[in-house]
Amino acid sequence: MTVRGANLELRGVAKRFSGNDGDVVAVDGVDLVARDGEFVSLIGPSGCGKSTLFNIVAGLERASGGHVLINGEELCDRLGASAYMPQHDALLDWRRVIDNVGLSLELQGVRRDEARRRALPLLQRFGLGEFTRAWPWQLSGGMRQRVAFLRTVIADRPLLLLDEPFGALDGITRADLQQWLNQVWSEVGATVLLVTHDISEAVFLSDRIYVMSPRPGRVTSVIDVDLPRPRTAAQKEDTRFLAVEQRLRHELNAAMSAWGEFAGSQP
Amino acid sequence: MSALVRTDDAALAEAVGTVPPASPLAPTPGPSPAGRQRGFGRRVRTVVPPLLVIAAVLALWQLFVTVRHVDPQLLPGPNLIAHSTWDDRVNIWPAIGVTTEEAVLGMALAVIVGVVFAVSIDSFRPVRGSLYPIIVASQTVPIIALAPLVLVWWGFGLVPKIVLVALFSFFPISVGLVQGLASADPDAMNLLRTMRANRFQLLRRVRFPSALPHFFTGLKISVTYAYSAAIVAEFVGAQQGLGVYMTTAIRAAPIRTDLVLGAVFVIAILTLALFAIVGLIERLAMPWRPKP
Repeated sequence: MTVRGANLELRGVAKRFSGNDGDVVAVDGVDLVARDGEFVSLIGPSGCGKSTLFNIVAGLERASGGHVLINGEELCDRLGASAYMPQHDALLDWRRVIDNVGLSLELQGVRRDEARRRALPLLQRFGLGEFTRAWPWQLSGGMRQRVAFLRTVIADRPLLLLDEPFGALDGITRADLQQWLNQVWSEVGATVLLVTHDISEAVFLSDRIYVMSPRPGRVTSVIDVDLPRPRTAAQKEDTRFLAVEQRLRHELNAAMSAWGEFAGSQP
Repeated sequence: MSALVRTDDAALAEAVGTVPPASPLAPTPGPSPAGRQRGFGRRVRTVVPPLLVIAAVLALWQLFVTVRHVDPQLLPGPNLIAHSTWDDRVNIWPAIGVTTEEAVLGMALAVIVGVVFAVSIDSFRPVRGSLYPIIVASQTVPIIALAPLVLVWWGFGLVPKIVLVALFSFFPISVGLVQGLASADPDAMNLLRTMRANRFQLLRRVRFPSALPHFFTGLKISVTYAYSAAIVAEFVGAQQGLGVYMTTAIRAAPIRTDLVLGAVFVIAILTLALFAIVGLIERLAMPWRPKP
């Protein structure tokens, strides 16, 4: 894989939905930077507009205001500029593992056997070599997420958008997959934007974490994680790691209680 | 239909190269002998009970007819029905051929019409609004009452029978497919959109395969109407077929109730066979589904 990362910059991005009783502001004035090869996370309680922000960056939704710059350019149509991994794996039941991974290539007009030739080394390299011919229903939840991630990686995009990729997994599988993801990402070198609601996950994977508060979704604080790489599971016991976790937890509580007071002041 | 979603195993084996060594984690290719036995056992358990019920009903029927000395013109016993039908096989064979041709060709037309309607309803918003209610309303029309008209329009040959079978049968296919196309996973649709898939690619790669189970549910309902519709068409006007065979048996002096009921059994068996064939096509069209 010879992917270079992209520079992603959000400036004052906002999203309003018009409803029956006035507009609902989902996301308001979000500034965010992810430089070439950085791993950046967005964390916040549900309803803080993380996924909306994500869909805007992916090009699935239009922002109501602000700018989204990829390598300094503001594209009208961002679909295809990044590779997107949805919350649920969204594997296609009717494609074998290898063909799910090669899906984006086939959509670009690559022949199926050529798509398979390119998907195979990726599957073998990252521990799925035995499952190439399996149907998705034959895989466990963790395996499905691995396939979904390799499907995201194969497109050779400089920006990967991961929307709560491990949200539905149990704790043990999740920790295992975080390490696996860390390994794959370190070899791919793309810029990653991750949405998560898991504090430990955010700290373990990220270079920088943006904390969001709900209603309207705003960035309330930014935390730099300067823990050494490559990171290992052992580091999670480290005092420095725990200190970052603690700080993040405080910031999240602050974001929540600010909203709580605001909500409480409503008649 | 299946060509769109077919996985080319030979090409896959070529791309993958040598088969990786078996691992305890790897899914086992094909059912194990134990699994096959379990599958066979389950099949026996699903087939035997209904056969027993049918046998019991036939036995009671035969007993009733024999003990009460029922007039065979009023109600012949299963034994007499079987014998008479077998003795008349020279006449019933060609009738089966004619009606089967009508039923199968009618189903083919129903599938074409059903798919065309469903895809146009799905693709164009204005069509959805205008066509769907009409198709639903069309099902309130007594199609049997239309049969004479269809014959007036297309004569006494094969065509009116095919048209009538299609009229009876396209509706469940259309409804199933419309529902199926709407049921595609929105996450998968968004995913493909971020891969810059166009509308046709979305239809082919996501919506069509996810609609297949619904389509086959509709088709299985439809296929049970096929023979009945063909026979109704033959009642109205035909030279050959099971409907004509039955009419002839009824008009005979004395009436041949045994042959009428024999034809009814034959139709039931033919319909079951058609249903089983659709089930087989369903399995072949969706090889990714777990074996039942």
